Amino acid sequence: MSIAPLFRKPNNELEKGGRHHPTRPEYDPGITRTCPECGYGNPVSGLWESMYVCRCGYNFSMTARQRIAFLTDEDAFTELFGEVESVNALEFPGYTEKLESTKKSARESDAAVCGTAAVGGSPFAFFAMEPGFMMGSMGSAAGERITRLFEYATERELPVVGCTVSGGARMQEGLLSLMQMAKTCGAAKLHSRRGNFYLAILTNPTTGGVTASFAMSADIIIAEPGATVGFAGARLVEQTVRKKPPPGFQKAETLLERGFADMIVRRSKQRQVVSRLLEMHARRTRV
Amino acid sequence: MKHERSAAYERVRAARSKNRYTGMDFIHNIFTDFMEMHGDRRFADDPAVVGGLGYLDGVPVTVIATEKGRDTKSRLRRNFGAPNPEGYRKALRLMKQAEKFGRPVVCFVDTSGAFCGIGAEERGQGQAIAESISEMMVLRTPILAILIGEGGSGGALALAAADEVWMLENAVYSVISPESCANILWRDPGRAAEAAESLKLTARDALRLGVIERVVAEHSREPSLVFGALRGDVAAWYDSVASIPADALTRGRYARFRKLGVTNENSLA
Repeated sequence: MSIAPLFRKPNNELEKGGRHHPTRPEYDPGITRTCPECGYGNPVSGLWESMYVCRCGYNFSMTARQRIAFLTDEDAFTELFGEVESVNALEFPGYTEKLESTKKSARESDAAVCGTAAVGGSPFAFFAMEPGFMMGSMGSAAGERITRLFEYATERELPVVGCTVSGGARMQEGLLSLMQMAKTCGAAKLHSRRGNFYLAILTNPTTGGVTASFAMSADIIIAEPGATVGFAGARLVEQTVRKKPPPGFQKAETLLERGFADMIVRRSKQRQVVSRLLEMHARRTRV
Repeated sequence: MKHERSAAYERVRAARSKNRYTGMDFIHNIFTDFMEMHGDRRFADDPAVVGGLGYLDGVPVTVIATEKGRDTKSRLRRNFGAPNPEGYRKALRLMKQAEKFGRPVVCFVDTSGAFCGIGAEERGQGQAIAESISEMMVLRTPILAILIGEGGSGGALALAAADEVWMLENAVYSVISPESCANILWRDPGRAAEAAESLKLTARDALRLGVIERVVAEHSREPSLVFGALRGDVAAWYDSVASIPADALTRGRYARFRKLGVTNENSLA
């Protein structure tokens, strides 16, 4: 069953943020989404209220706009750099068509949505990656948007909060995608050097060139329960070492145990945690 | 089949050739009195990454190279040049030392990519690469990276966030291996040659995309000519950057990468 009709709203309205959850009566309570973990059919009408978490705790994937809506104050989000879009610079076969069809199906213009926002009154620069846009892959546009966001935040001494979800660098843009790793890392580093706070929320899945650049560069790294976070895909690892990875491989819980994440925070608590961390990192004038 | 006709894939094969010179050949033929330094001071020493000190025209230089190995035994020991997180952490440790003592850094990169192992993932391969790139972007000493064979994605970039990046004529630099790319796109690794063409991974392509500054001629792969010319070029490079103040250097390095990428707002020069 498609849940797409739920979110078919005009872009300009969504971009204001603080969107109310969809009014339920329009939807057939019989429409469900099956949890891949426990098999329970979650009524679609109740998903927004449960923040797309199954009763077993499984986290369904969320769009960038949904993240914005549940993490930020109502009407506090203003989108930035949405005009920067990817082009088929390498004339990669099929990429032009893929971009066009993805823009329609994801109703986004690229894989990273950036802007300014506030939570609990604390202002911050925000980016949320879009899993529906070519698996959140980073090409020139996503890299440019995120880089600009860090630069914007550096100029204004704003903290950056980012929700990552990505298959990595976008192969259809070849080396140009790879270079976005250095670009975003550099921008995040300069933001950091000026004493600004960066908080990353790693969601399922965060892999490849995004893990190996700005996702792992945050001051504080929050992972969503059960999220897969890694560099190489588990299948590639299995093929390379001809051994089945152990249970929990690349899972948020293992990351925490191994020291690569600060905390695991479930969706229902994220808003509160982000708000408190932003408060704690409010910039003070140094004596 | 397109296989035979693909010039790009020929470069991939040349870059991977077992007879090709490796990282250590460059170290020993360009620098004198090289001394290898081991270990990341955290967990282990990664034999896939060689680092140490050598002289270039009397100037001490921190040299780092990925090393694939020469024969079966050494290839196994070097993990075929695929670094673990410790390799990147060792490299970064040595680069920080170069910064402290005001030495330039020269990196020779030849790797199919960062190692895709269970332990590598558990010990933070992604974090190690991210940290290496981030720290290199602000390292207050000149860095030159030379891609000498395979430049495999993030695992290569982790040692190539430099002031200048050069590529040997037969080196390749790519976001993904042509085989994996073909597998993902067409579920057919046999179409790797086609993928290699599309990925624009040759030195000429990288130059056109602004990703590198220079293509190093290989003179029909006659090693002594390559090393000789490169020694002069590296020395000339250092002469040209030695007096640049650190602030200007790091600003320039960021600006170098900042402009890379093509969107609807710009185009390839």
